[in-house]
Parts: sequence; C-alpha cells; structure tokens
Amino acid sequence: MKKKVLGLLLSTTMVAGMLSACGSTATTTETPAAETPAAETTTEAPAAETPAAEATTEAAAELPADEGKVLNISAWNEEFKSRLTDHYPGYEVIDGTTGKIGDVTVNWLITPNEENAYQNRLDELLLAQDSAAADDKVDLFLVEADYAVKYTDTDYTLPVKDLGITDDDLKDQYAYTQAVVTDSNGVLKGTSWQGCPGVMIYNRAIAKEVFGTDEPADIQAKFSDWDKFFESAGELDKAGYDVISSTADTFRVYQNNAKLPWVDGTKIQVDDNLKKWVEDSKKLADAGYCNTWGQWGEDWNKGFYPEGKVFAYFGPAWLIDFCMAADVEGSVAHDGGWAATEGPQGFYWGGTWICAAAGTDNANLVADIMRKMTCDPEVMKDIVLKDNDFVNNRPVMEGLAADTSYSNAVLGGQNPLKMFCAGADNIDMANLTAYDQGLLGDFQTAMGDYINGNFATYDEALEQFYTLALQRYPELTR
Amino acid sequence: MENQTAAKTHGLPIGARRTIAYIVLVFFSFLCLIWFYILLINSTRSHSEMTLGFTVLPSTHLLDNWNSLITGTIPIARGFANSITVSVCTSILCVYFSAMTAYAINTYRFKGRDAIAAFILAIMMIPGQVTALGFLQLINRMKLDDSIIPLILPAIASPITYFYLKQYMESNLPLSLVEAARIDGSGEFRTFNTIIIPLIKPAISVQMIFSFVGSWNNYFTPALILHTDTKKTLPVMIAQLRGADWLRFDMGQIYIMIAASIFPVIVIYLILSKYIVGGVSAGAVKG
Amino acid sequence: MDKKKSNSNVVKFNRWGYIFLIPFFVTYVIFSLIPLCSTIYNSFFENYRSGLKQIGPNFVGINNYINLLNSPEIWKYLINTLIMWVGGFIPQITIALLLAYWFSDPSLRLKGQRFFKTVIYMPNLIMASAFSMLFFALFSDSGPVNQILLSVGFIKEPFKFFQYVVASRALVMLMNFLMWFGNTTILLMAGMLGIDASLYEAAQVDGATASQVFFKITMPILKPIFTYVLITSLIGGLQMFDVPQILTNGRGNPTDSLTTVIMLLNRYLTSKDVGRGGALSVFLFIVTGILSLVVFRINSSKDKD
Repeated sequence: MKKKVLGLLLSTTMVAGMLSACGSTATTTETPAAETPAAETTTEAPAAETPAAEATTEAAAELPADEGKVLNISAWNEEFKSRLTDHYPGYEVIDGTTGKIGDVTVNWLITPNEENAYQNRLDELLLAQDSAAADDKVDLFLVEADYAVKYTDTDYTLPVKDLGITDDDLKDQYAYTQAVVTDSNGVLKGTSWQGCPGVMIYNRAIAKEVFGTDEPADIQAKFSDWDKFFESAGELDKAGYDVISSTADTFRVYQNNAKLPWVDGTKIQVDDNLKKWVEDSKKLADAGYCNTWGQWGEDWNKGFYPEGKVFAYFGPAWLIDFCMAADVEGSVAHDGGWAATEGPQGFYWGGTWICAAAGTDNANLVADIMRKMTCDPEVMKDIVLKDNDFVNNRPVMEGLAADTSYSNAVLGGQNPLKMFCAGADNIDMANLTAYDQGLLGDFQTAMGDYINGNFATYDEALEQFYTLALQRYPELTR
Repeated sequence: MENQTAAKTHGLPIGARRTIAYIVLVFFSFLCLIWFYILLINSTRSHSEMTLGFTVLPSTHLLDNWNSLITGTIPIARGFANSITVSVCTSILCVYFSAMTAYAINTYRFKGRDAIAAFILAIMMIPGQVTALGFLQLINRMKLDDSIIPLILPAIASPITYFYLKQYMESNLPLSLVEAARIDGSGEFRTFNTIIIPLIKPAISVQMIFSFVGSWNNYFTPALILHTDTKKTLPVMIAQLRGADWLRFDMGQIYIMIAASIFPVIVIYLILSKYIVGGVSAGAVKG
Repeated sequence: MDKKKSNSNVVKFNRWGYIFLIPFFVTYVIFSLIPLCSTIYNSFFENYRSGLKQIGPNFVGINNYINLLNSPEIWKYLINTLIMWVGGFIPQITIALLLAYWFSDPSLRLKGQRFFKTVIYMPNLIMASAFSMLFFALFSDSGPVNQILLSVGFIKEPFKFFQYVVASRALVMLMNFLMWFGNTTILLMAGMLGIDASLYEAAQVDGATASQVFFKITMPILKPIFTYVLITSLIGGLQMFDVPQILTNGRGNPTDSLTTVIMLLNRYLTSKDVGRGGALSVFLFIVTGILSLVVFRINSSKDKD
C-alpha cells in the first residue's frame, strides 16, 4: 500500500514539475536583458576632445564630477594592487582587500585566474553593471592579452579617449601594448604600465659549474636555438641539473612564435609551432632533462632555491621581480644569483591591462589612475627603479638601458634592459583571439598528458584537447 | 580478504586472534592519524625548512606561519566568522524545524499524513546538486547571489534530520505526555517548545552536531554562490589555495590554513565523540 | 457521547499537524521544487554565453539530451565516478565488516574500543576540501610523503603521484575509504549487536566454526543494513565532487580520468551553460531518483517494524 502511494506521489511530483515548468516561461528568461548597456553609459563620460598641450591637467575637468564613494577594481592577483599601493600618490592601505584614495574607498575584487574563474566572475559583474547599486559597479578591471579582445570588443569597456587621455599622453607607450586593447574598430580601450618581453633567466652558479662561465653572451651561444638548447640540456642533466623546471616553461615561447591564431572564424586551429612544442617537450621529458608539473606550484618554483637544481626559467621582467622570492632568505634571487639572456627565441608573456568599465561613477579617478600609472614618466621610472618591472614607456626604458648606474640586484647586477627593449620592439600581437586563455590552457592540459605518457600518441591528446575545448566553448568547431 | 582472515583465525587460540585484531586496528588508526600528524608538524615549519625534507619533530615557526596567514591576502578571519555564522544558523534552523516536522508527523493523525511521510522519505536521498542549476537562477532572481542567506534558509527542509528525529520520537516520546499537556491547557506551540524539545534533547544535540559539521564542510554550493572574498566560507578559501596563481608561495601558510580549518572540528569531535559515535549507531539501529 | 466529543477534539488538534508542516513544505517548494522545475524547463533550451554575448534561450526540444547521451564524455565521467567509488567502497565495506565483527565479538573482549572507534570515525568529519588540499600538498612531487619515502630509501626519485592515472585515482579512493570506513563500521556494528546472542550460543553448541557463524548467521541478518549502506554509498558516490575537484584543480587530470559527473555539472554551472547543465541535472535526477527508490523501500519496510 505504502509503496503504491509513493509511486503515485513520485510520478505526480514529476508530472507536476513538468507542468509547472511549462507554465513558468516568464520566470526563467532572465539573461537576455543585459545586452547593450553601452548607449547610455558612454554618454556619462562625454568624449573629451582636449587639445594635447593641456592634456594632463585639463582633460579631467571635462568629465562629470565623481560621485562614487567606492572604487571597485576587479583583478586576478595582487600585482596591480601592490603597484598602486607603492606608486599612486595618496593611496592608503586599509586591510587585505580595501584601500583608500582621498575619501574614496578602493575595493579590490580579486578572483584567481584558475579555470577561467576570473573571466566568469568579471562577466557576471559586467552583465549586472546596469542594475548594480552605484557602489557595487565595477569601475576598473584588469585583463590579460589572452582574452582582452573579449572585453575590448564590447561596449562594457570605455574608450580611453572618453576618459580624457590623449594620444599625446600615450605616445611613449610600446605599440604592441596598445594593439592588444584596441577593438575591431580601431578604438583604444585600455592601457598598461608594463611591457612583457621575455628572456631566459638562468642560474649563474649552475652556469659556472657546468659551462665554466656565467657571462650572458657565452650562455646565449649555448642556447641560441632549440637544438643547441637540447644539447646543453643534456650537459646540465649529466651534472644533475634540470635545464628548466617544467615543459610548461617554454610553452609561451613556442606559442608566441606561432603563425596561426587559435581560432579562425569558429574553427579551432593548432599551429605547427605548437606541435613542435609538444614534440620538443616530449623529448626533454623523456630524456629526464626537466619535469612536467604545472607552473606556479610548490614543485615548479623550487628552482627559485639552490636545492631546486633548476638551471633556467623563461619569463619577462615581472617574473623576476614578482615571483622569484627575492625577499626570502636563501633564495637564489635573494643572493643575486640569476642572469638573463635572450634564449632560443624571442617571446612575451603576460602583462596586465587596465580597462575602465562603462558605467563607472569615478571616471576622473579612473582616468587619473590610468594616466599616472601608465603615462607618467616619473611614476614609471620609479616602478623600474623600485620593482625592476619593464614599464610601458619607451624613453624611460631606453634611458635606463643606456644608464650604467642601473642594475638589477636579482640578476647579480646585470642591466638587462637593452635586451628587454629589443624584445619589446619585436612583439607582434596579430594573432590574439577572445578564446586564447581557455584554449591554450586546455591544449597544455591535454598535451601534458601526452608528454607524461598517459596518452600514447599526439593524436589521442589532440582528440582530448578538442573534447575539452568544445566543452568550454560550445560555439566553436573543430 | 574477509574469507581468508576468518578461515585463518578459526582454530587459532583466542590470544592470537586478539593480537591480530589489535595489529589491524592499530594499523588503521595509524592510517587515519598520520596525515594529521604530518599536517601538525609541517604547520610549525617554515617554507625553507620544508624544502629540506620532513622531520618527525615540530619546529618553531607555528606563530610565524599563523601571523603571515592572518596578515596575508586571504581574509581568513572573515572566513572563520562566515563559516561559523552559516553553520550555527544552519544547524539551529535545521534541527528546530526538522523536529517540528517530525513532531507533526509523529503526533497528529491528519488526512494525508501517510502520504506526506512517504513523500519526505522518497525525496530524502535526492541530492541537492541536481537542482543546483535552478537554485542558482532562483537566488539570482531573488538578488541573493553572493550572500550567505541561500546557504542557511534551505536547511529548514532537511529530510534526513527529520527522519532521524521522527525515529527517535517514535520510540522515546509517549503521546500521553502531549495529552497531559493539553489537559493542563498548554497550547500546541508551547507544548512543542517547552515540553517536547527538552525531551528530545539527546537526539537534537546529535543532529545539531551533524548538521553543523555538514554545513561547515560544505563546498559545492558556497563555491557557486559566494564571490566576494570577505563573504566566502572556509572551504571556498581552502579550495582557492589549490588554484592560487599568486606567488611567493609559502607552504607554511598553506599548512597552517588547512590545520586551522580542520583542527577546531577535531577538538569539538574529541570532546563530544561519545555522543557522536553513539548517535551514528543509534541512527543505524533505528534507521 | 463522551467519545464523540474527544474525537472532535482530536480532530481539532490534528489540524496543527498541517500548521507544523508549513515551514518544511514552504522551504522545500521554494528551494527545491521550483529549482527542480526550472532545471527541467531549462534543459529544453540552448542557452549559454559566448564571451559576453548571450546565445539563446532557443527551444531545441530534447537536443540537449541527445547530445549529452551521445557524447562519449558523460559515459567516461560516469565510469570514472564509478571506478573511484568502487575502489573506495570495496575496502571500506570489507574492513568495516571485519572491524565491526571484532568489535562485537564478545569472546575477543577487545580493550580500547572507544578509542579505536573515535579514531576511525574521525576522518568522516573532516572538511573534504581541506582534506584533499592536504593530500595534494602531502603527495606533491616535493611533498612530505615523497621526502619520507626518499629518506627511508624506498625510492630513488620522487614518485609523481599526480602524473599517473592509477596513482591519482588511488589517492581519491584512499581518501574516500578513510572518510567512510569508520562510519560504516559503526553502522554495521550496531546491526551486529542487535543480533540475538542466543543464536551464537546455539551455533557454538553445535560446533560451528567462526567462519561458519559469520557466513551463516551474521551475514544473512546484516543483509538489509548491508543493502542500505551499499545504496546510500552509491548515491553518495555519484555526488563525488570535493575531493577530485580540489585534488585536480577542477581539471580531472591526468587525461580527464578523475573528472566526475558532478565536476562536469560544475563546469557547466560556472560557465553558465544552462541548457547542457540542465540536461545533465535531469539525467542525474533520474539516476539518483531510481536509486533512492531502493533506499525508500528499505526505510519504509523498517518503518513498519
């Protein structure tokens, strides 16, 4: 008896569920509302056609006065926060996630980047921008080159001209940094304080031991192309050292030298150079010349310490400054034990762009932050001197590159700036798509399994890559 | 394996069987405890000490690690506060209203009672994940996204707690008591609050512990709902460690954070273990 | 006459039954039933985001279901889930049975029972996310487990647990086992203590061996509780999420072999793929619904006793 009652109940609940589901059309169509908030938001910050001469001080006056008491900044890590804390005049720290500029509270919305979490969160925030309370609106958000297009090509991002930042303000920036955040109509939608040409950063002590010298020019000769790289890796291996920490370290180098964008129309494409990365990495890993773990982990960064026995890392200036634990006693960086050289191929890695969100109620402040942090030569020079970052200002960088008094303590007193400057001039950003971050992550995940031997063939791994990619981006095809 | 042990022990003197039992028990106790021992040791050691190898004895950096944790970028204190708020509210709501539901089914003879009891029993095992999608849409529409309220309120309908309390009431709550209260002129709500609740206290405390722990450990839903760092609960913060792409990675900080979220529960458990273990088996006998 | 009066009185009181049920049902309808309905409704639409552009909702009938059930992924993830569940469950039930048998065997008179029970039940209360983060740290290539194995001389090079499918899955199984075997032990023991001691005595008089007693008396009596443990554990196993999610950072590495069904659901939920997520939810609802029916039968038969 009871069982029958239950059976009935179960089936009636399910039917009732379906019926009421059919009746609830109105309640479930929540999403399409937030399509084009742009028309009105851009008028909030009327285009400031300021004459170039008075740009720095006068332009701000044309923006509507700031009403917001809260400046919300969306980011995926602490880097910009520490830059702002150290270099923006008047920034005070309140606690781990808030600060103050004048009487405006700065609220940091930090979501780690893992598995596109940052983008997902930012999407939510921007889509809700219209309906959010004034103090909850995002004012400023950070993007990376890997997915910048996704945001700059929408009306959620304000053109920097609308903030009163002029061509004259921007004239000293590296062209590639602007290409990244220029939308399909040629409008500049963001700006960056840094350039990210990459170099090979190697451990001097190991170089001396294995190659008998730690001179950048001599080391460069040993690593000038991928064949020599492999050969020298063998020598290092015999002495008990890994040439790099992980096969993931060289991924950016190959990826930046690819000819094809990741997506053509809606079709996913894999460039030959990426295939070469897979093959070369497989060779390295099979020979035991390096490991295959993911970057940023405890295993990966153990080479920052002498016990880690890692010869080199590939990275731009921010890797040296931000990651190599220079402030920790006992680290290689702390003792100035690194040096830099170009390595087999030029590349760039990372970089952070600042974008102003449409609908901001702190337009003047946002504009001032952009101008101070990315255009003001004084501030930018300060960043180089204090943090050894590579800043997005050609005269400052070239000046310092020629300046013999500048030296980088982490690199044992070497001045690597000339190298970086040359690299920055060669960066080409033609291949960016909105899908890069997801796709290159999935590609590395799938290929990592091939390199580790969990997939028998490259094709099997490629199949897995497509599976993951289409799971993530249903709109793409193979 | 069962087979072999049983066959082997047969015929062995009782002393030998006992020794084998102790060895096996000690082995599995060791297997349960070793991880927490390593955790405890490593949370007292600095990052550079840890890169050198494991030591059996603790080091002296417990306070350093703790300080760098609470002054670090993860608002861990808020995480604790949030987790405690959510868990306490959840366990109170869950147990009080489950008791109320159980009392209704147990005490009153109304039309449809059997059907309702059967219905609750039927939905008991359906996991929350299958409705998570609709749940997220609902709370978005209710403007409760990024808030701890949707983590707390649904606890009012907790079929499993209800089931346990109903079993308990059936065998421990004489209906004559309710009758007596009525004769004394006590209202139904008052009877429930002042007579019934104190009477079923043992069952209530056990269920409160379970519901507290369940909520304290919950990760799936909070991870989907909470976005602002200062609103997150501990499990969400812990999970963030795994995805951390911030640097100057300090394992000492990671170990102490894990320790800080595990050991409070262990301490509470050790104090209350008699009731908890008893509660599990009581649930088994009857449930 | 008197009787009639008291009857109507009871009826009057019995209305309170409905009132006391209101909070439960209101909450249930709002937070479970309506979400369930909208989940089902959504599963018939194409509805996701491409960047910041919303695609759909477009009605696509049962296309989401067809795509879901035709894709190899869902079956792969289902098999992953089952493998990891079975791998944890078999040792869990075996060890639990053995320990419960010892604990409840009066002739053994084990000392320190309370201590052992307390210890083996403890992992059940540990935050699964913290526990898996802990395991991730302990078993990383330069983590303490490798350090210990190296210093003992057991291995020459760090063993890379997270690079091998078998090793990573084994870790998930180990954690599931540790978290649940104590709980199962206590459940089974309660069942064993409920067995009439005279049955054992009679068996002993008849000269039955320990294994005969176990298989002929203990096991048949334990059968219902056994089934209960099995099915509830299977339902729990299908919900497996925290451990593999955090251990593999949501990727299910290596080779997607640790990805569980709920992890796929989580991917859809975080990327706002409402249509495909809906279809997957309904699929899971049906599977767990069928399994729940079995538990329901066990419970309601016990209800009658």
